[in-house]
Amino acid sequence: MFSSFMTNAWIVGTLVALLAGATGFFVVLRGSSFAAHAVPNGAFAGAAGATLVGVAPLWGLVSFAVVAALGIGASRRHRSDVATAMALVLMLALGAAFLSLSAAYEPQVQALLFGEILGVASSSITTVVLIGLVCAAALAVMFRPLIFNAAAPDLSAARGLNPTLLEMGFMLTLALGSALTVPVVGALLSFSLTVGPPAAARLLTRRPSTALVGSMALSVMTLWVSIALSYATNLPVGFFVGTLSAILYIAVRAATQLSARRA
Amino acid sequence: MHWLFEPGLWSNVAVRTGMGVGVAVAVVSALVGLFTVMRSQSFAGHALADVAMAGGAGAGVLGVSPLAGFVLGSLAGAGAMEAIGVERVRQRDVATGVVLGAATGLSALFLYLITLNSSSTGSTQLILFGSLFSVSNSTFLVVLALSVLVVVALASLGRPLLFASLSPDAAKARGVAVSRVTLSFTLLVAVTVGLSSIVIGAVLSTALLIGPPAAALRLGRRMSTTLFVASMLGVVAVLLGVVLSYDSFYWWSSHRALPVSFCVVVLIVFELLLVSLYRAMSRRRERVVV
Repeated sequence: MFSSFMTNAWIVGTLVALLAGATGFFVVLRGSSFAAHAVPNGAFAGAAGATLVGVAPLWGLVSFAVVAALGIGASRRHRSDVATAMALVLMLALGAAFLSLSAAYEPQVQALLFGEILGVASSSITTVVLIGLVCAAALAVMFRPLIFNAAAPDLSAARGLNPTLLEMGFMLTLALGSALTVPVVGALLSFSLTVGPPAAARLLTRRPSTALVGSMALSVMTLWVSIALSYATNLPVGFFVGTLSAILYIAVRAATQLSARRA
Repeated sequence: MHWLFEPGLWSNVAVRTGMGVGVAVAVVSALVGLFTVMRSQSFAGHALADVAMAGGAGAGVLGVSPLAGFVLGSLAGAGAMEAIGVERVRQRDVATGVVLGAATGLSALFLYLITLNSSSTGSTQLILFGSLFSVSNSTFLVVLALSVLVVVALASLGRPLLFASLSPDAAKARGVAVSRVTLSFTLLVAVTVGLSSIVIGAVLSTALLIGPPAAALRLGRRMSTTLFVASMLGVVAVLLGVVLSYDSFYWWSSHRALPVSFCVVVLIVFELLLVSLYRAMSRRRERVVV
């Protein structure tokens, strides 16, 4: 399980889970799960497009995710869920068209959608670390404003915090993060890590900083267990990431409700 | 009209069946979608589509009809969402997300099992992105029957649903069983999403459900007109999409057609943009007059 070909999977997986846990904390706090679901699909279309044109997938991943994120962020004010839905389906449809034009093989398609953690090359670790650091720095800078804005939107606006700018900044971080997660856990599943573990952590504690750390820890644990189970059973990692995240949240919710009733 | 319709379009049985299914599904999606958009439930609608995808993939593993998988899957998803869904909106966001994540995990498993067990390729793309041209005649009849059923149910639910969507508190005070109306509506969305999954694929069924109604609502007319406009926008997008996809086979020397779903989605987005543009321009004109 810890043999040489698995080393990259463990390293990159851990980094991705840390980042997903951190961004996920803010996603749950702001109630923007739908956007967090839509942006990685932009990255999926980008990767498919890059394969078709023949450039490095990373460029496609980053550029499409950023376009999707800015599109959703710009329309945040009015009927944001419709705009998010349309951005999402447009990106998925583009991805489908790119894939069918380039006649990709079935496993390639599945890898983009559901991830291929064993396919991580050592050369990509540096990129992952670099992008991860940029995202972490951005989240650190926005930590207080994001919490202020989520807790008291009107008050924070009165104090001179620009909500549109904040939204854009957060969406951009989300986009960069997705560009990094999509090749590892896939477009459809990078979302699971961003919602399940952070939502569970928020139930366990009310302190923002503790919840943030807890969310990252739960996310890393979910991914580690998933990789181990996937190695043992030969089933796709994505299956375990998706179902374990959901089980984690449901279990924590049941436990907190039980203890609240007892008290 | 030869420049628009490439040779053989109308004599092709698969194309004709596909258009029939497409029109039925476009109308049902537009009607149900109008309420989905008004209730700001796009995320739930999309999550149901991803659960439908898990159902479709599961049906592929078991070797039963994908339509049954799509519809039963999304019905089960609706049940799960109602079970863990709670009152507060932000919590609902998380509940939807958790179900969505679990469903995608299951899809990953089922699609992997399909590729392991069968020699046929392309089932992933078929389930996710659909193929209108591969709908059989017997499926067509089932789709038609279910569509009629959904429209009848929606019509009988119509007034209380509209009331409960616009002002839940007032509706509750007037004695409308809001939670029962909401549950029935969620089940209707689930069946609709299952039906449209077979036409443009599970993950894209959101386009038919949300796009045309959102465009029709932007034009802001009476309810009956809006319902009609939404259906028409959906039908036009599907029919034009089929034609474009059929024609695109002749566009490149490589003879690789664009997927129908892609054409339909692009047309829907185009309609929405056109309507938004029209509204922005007419609003500016009003401002000048005032």
